[in-house]
Amino acid sequence: MEWEVVIGLEIHAQLATKSKIFSGAATAYGAEANTQACAVDLGLPGVLPVFNEEALRMAVKFGLAIDAEIGHRSVFDRKNYFYPDLPKGYQTTQLHHPIVGKGHIEIELEDGSTRIINVTRAHLEEDAGKSVHEGFNGMTGIDLNRAGTPLIEIVSEPEMRNAKEAAAYFRKMHSIVTYLGICDGDLSQGSMRCDCNVSLRPKGQQEFGTRTEIKNVNSFRNVERAIEAEIERQMDILEDGGKIVQETRLYDADKNETRAMRSKEVANDYRYFPCPDLLPVIIDDEYVNNVRATLPELPTSKRERFVNDHGLSPVDAAVLASDRDLAHYFETAAKLVNDYKLAANWVQGDVSAALNRLEVSINELPVSAQQLGRILSLIKDNTLNNGGAKEVFTAMADGKGDDSLECIDTLVDSMGLKQVSDSGAIEAIVDQVLTDNPKLVEGYLATPEDKRAKAIGPFIGLTRKAAKGVNPQVVMDVLKKKLSELG
Amino acid sequence: MHNKTIAEISRDLAAGEYSSVEITTELLSRVQQLDSEYNSFITVTAEQALAQARAADERRAAGNAEAWTGIPIAHKDIFCTNGVLTTCGSKMLSNFTAPYDATVIDKFNAAGAVSLGKLNMDEFAMGSSNESSFFGPVANPWDKERVPGGSSGGSAAAVAARLVPGATATDTGGSIRQPAALCGVTGLKPTYGRISRWGMIAYASSLDQAGTITRSAEDAALMLQIMAGFDARDSTCMNQAVPDYSASLNNSIEGMTIGLPAEYFRDDLSADMQQAVRNAIAEYEKMGAKVKEISLPNAHLAIPAYYIIAPAECSANLSRMDGVRFGYRCEDPQDIEDLYKRSRGEGFGGEVKRRIMVGAYALSAGFYDAYYKKAQQVRRLIKNDFAAALQEVDLIAGPVTPTPAFRRGEKTSDPVEMYLEDIFTIALNLAGLPGMSVPCGQVNGLPVGLQLIGNYFDEARLLNAAHQFQQATDWHLQKPADI
Amino acid sequence: MALDQQQVRDIADLARLQLDDNQITEYQKNLSNILDLVDQLSAVDTSAVEPLAHPLDAVQRLRADEVSESNQREHFQQCAPQTENGYYLVPRVVE
Repeated sequence: MEWEVVIGLEIHAQLATKSKIFSGAATAYGAEANTQACAVDLGLPGVLPVFNEEALRMAVKFGLAIDAEIGHRSVFDRKNYFYPDLPKGYQTTQLHHPIVGKGHIEIELEDGSTRIINVTRAHLEEDAGKSVHEGFNGMTGIDLNRAGTPLIEIVSEPEMRNAKEAAAYFRKMHSIVTYLGICDGDLSQGSMRCDCNVSLRPKGQQEFGTRTEIKNVNSFRNVERAIEAEIERQMDILEDGGKIVQETRLYDADKNETRAMRSKEVANDYRYFPCPDLLPVIIDDEYVNNVRATLPELPTSKRERFVNDHGLSPVDAAVLASDRDLAHYFETAAKLVNDYKLAANWVQGDVSAALNRLEVSINELPVSAQQLGRILSLIKDNTLNNGGAKEVFTAMADGKGDDSLECIDTLVDSMGLKQVSDSGAIEAIVDQVLTDNPKLVEGYLATPEDKRAKAIGPFIGLTRKAAKGVNPQVVMDVLKKKLSELG
Repeated sequence: MHNKTIAEISRDLAAGEYSSVEITTELLSRVQQLDSEYNSFITVTAEQALAQARAADERRAAGNAEAWTGIPIAHKDIFCTNGVLTTCGSKMLSNFTAPYDATVIDKFNAAGAVSLGKLNMDEFAMGSSNESSFFGPVANPWDKERVPGGSSGGSAAAVAARLVPGATATDTGGSIRQPAALCGVTGLKPTYGRISRWGMIAYASSLDQAGTITRSAEDAALMLQIMAGFDARDSTCMNQAVPDYSASLNNSIEGMTIGLPAEYFRDDLSADMQQAVRNAIAEYEKMGAKVKEISLPNAHLAIPAYYIIAPAECSANLSRMDGVRFGYRCEDPQDIEDLYKRSRGEGFGGEVKRRIMVGAYALSAGFYDAYYKKAQQVRRLIKNDFAAALQEVDLIAGPVTPTPAFRRGEKTSDPVEMYLEDIFTIALNLAGLPGMSVPCGQVNGLPVGLQLIGNYFDEARLLNAAHQFQQATDWHLQKPADI
Repeated sequence: MALDQQQVRDIADLARLQLDDNQITEYQKNLSNILDLVDQLSAVDTSAVEPLAHPLDAVQRLRADEVSESNQREHFQQCAPQTENGYYLVPRVVE
């Protein structure tokens, strides 16, 4: 039978506020256990929540970025369940009246095509703490530093049809929240986590099949792999005539398989009801418009602008626009050199390679966007050839030079990279090459006219080897002239 | 000295009649001698009280005394007090030394008041007889076989027994007004949002409100003056100006319109009780008030609506009592579920467990609309009834309780019978309005309370009306024979 | 509305309350009585009534995004049943 895959994602993004959603404790990552858990976060008797205005502003900002309806009246509810990392025995969240309603985003696929994926809703809620199972003699340790960190949970429509689309959607959401500056996007620290709902149905069938939920997947690659593994598992069961059990599963990246979670097996009855300690959150059009005025250019419009105004290919544009900092780096350099294509090639080539090699982020790269712009400008005015530019760039990436623009000129000089364009000097070098390689000259002269263009190659190589930084075009011209003089 | 009211103590301290240390010592020794009979205190903080009293006397000697400097009171054990055992009347918190102060405690500390300790109460403020306390029942000073009412039974009994001149208390469905009525003292439950709930252990968050139990309306005004006001730590605490409550106490009430809800004077109120309340109304008429019959047509729905809403809220509020971060933990838990179930099963008493279960049931899938949503809709109808009535009258008056204090054990077999004790008080909490209980007579030698209900944030008018009644009558000065 | 014993057990489980068998019967009776009491509500026509979650028509106040709390771990953990290295300890939780 032919199966259709149905995927919906729930993405939790931690909002980059300084303090927690309902308390004045810090949200910084990595503090010693329970040192950033105040009385409110611990759920001590008698404590009360007060809502953080920045969490609200960030959620509204997100809603506007995905063209969503903004809830002018949103309400916090209590979701009741017992778990040791949930101090109050309920999570404060938004069920019926979320801050962000229906919206949509455009995802970019590997072939450069795009698709619209609808977002059902996004709501504010508090994060739970962390359970640590190692190091306590068979007991579990509870750290509540993360408890109360503001989250926005973004729920997609079940519109994705394969794992690649799901990964592209997660990537795009990552790109949007980091562009907006509302989430640091650090997947390794759990700043963004993804629950994947996966089901299969016979192609052509309207109703959905039974779904499973893969909890807390925390990388783009694992979203894709986890979903693929789960599709395979479900398909095997269905092909054998079996039934899918609706359950929560975990992805084991080492084994590349999903397994049912042992806890939370009991069907939970969350007993949602409006939180009586918090009042309805009311915002007006003026508030929304003020937030709207602070929206930056978002990845989709940036991508379109790169294609339409600057002639980049859709794939290049999508890659460069996907990351806010990378896009900013690229665009700063491109503007300085006034050549977007040249800058695009460099950022996707040498710059990306350097980032991988050095294992740093774009903001940590020793070569600033201004400096790259300067290097590229030196190519444009023929001071450097491409090879020389690469050498300067690599030297700087490896820590030679400083953060000034002048250091580039110093390096170009000291490394002897300045391109020789003076044809007199080049003629002398070429003469020497021809004198030193009589056999090559003989061979060249024996080559028929129509194949000589190719046969000139070795002379170019030798000339450039003899003198770094010679302008290749001038070399070619001089060689042609000299060789034709010889016959 | 122990018969003095807060207002009198304030004047006496200012006049140098005695020191704060003297009156504190006197009251502490009364507590020590007599409270074994009443069981009104759970914790007596004698050392801290004397230290506070000494500091108050020093402040006075330095010329920096204010109205509250050195006045001894005590607090319901529902308010968190930093470094002091805070039990909420429960085994669950029987080992809980609170690590912070409730705003109410903070304010009394800042005003220079002296705290003698923490007062007994029904477990987690659930009860109308103070029989559900893990620390044992409280005796009514008028008849020690009888209950003092609840849940603020310790507060009412301690004030009635002249162990303290005033006490803090809380009221979720009548927990200030009912014990005040049964103990012949003055209870004030302010508007919801008038006083911060920060540090007040939650029973039902949308209904809970702190207030006072004193021996006069004049003292209630003095206590409310300290407690009322905005608190940034409580989202439900309103930013409303706090008037000078004492300043309007002596205003004339001539021309004031008092509404009598027909629903509060029916068969469920005995002839004796009716008479006591009617006599009080007649007193108001003598003072120039106009009386008007009004109707609260949905009054009979208040108890059923309350017994959905309060249990639903408490079922979530008490989930944090899980044996993980504070409070009681069962012996040798086998796994996390065992830890939860036994810590909670052993740590909570029967009434608390009942209400948690009712709440969990009412909120569970499939029942939400029929129970919780319905109750919230009825809540609006009840609020609308009051709003309509208060368009026509300045105050509403009626009984506080259907009967005077009942015997211990009389209503413990059927919880519903106990719930009906709050038939006249509960609607007020659903609407969030302020109310008072003022002693207005006796039936069979036991005190009876008059309930006064005012408009939102109109505590000044309530206190004014109560004070005027106490100027014209002496019911509030009556005390148990052996005191 | 009367509850059966299994329903009482299920609710107790949901609320994480250990009850012994003889208590179940008592709770069954009491809870059923309470539900009978609240069932009076079902007779009321509330079709046009907006639920009231909060007695005052107030709206949520917002707090400035500032860190106002400092580390009080030692103080807060003094009332904890069991801690180690700053962690609260519970019997092992299996995920």
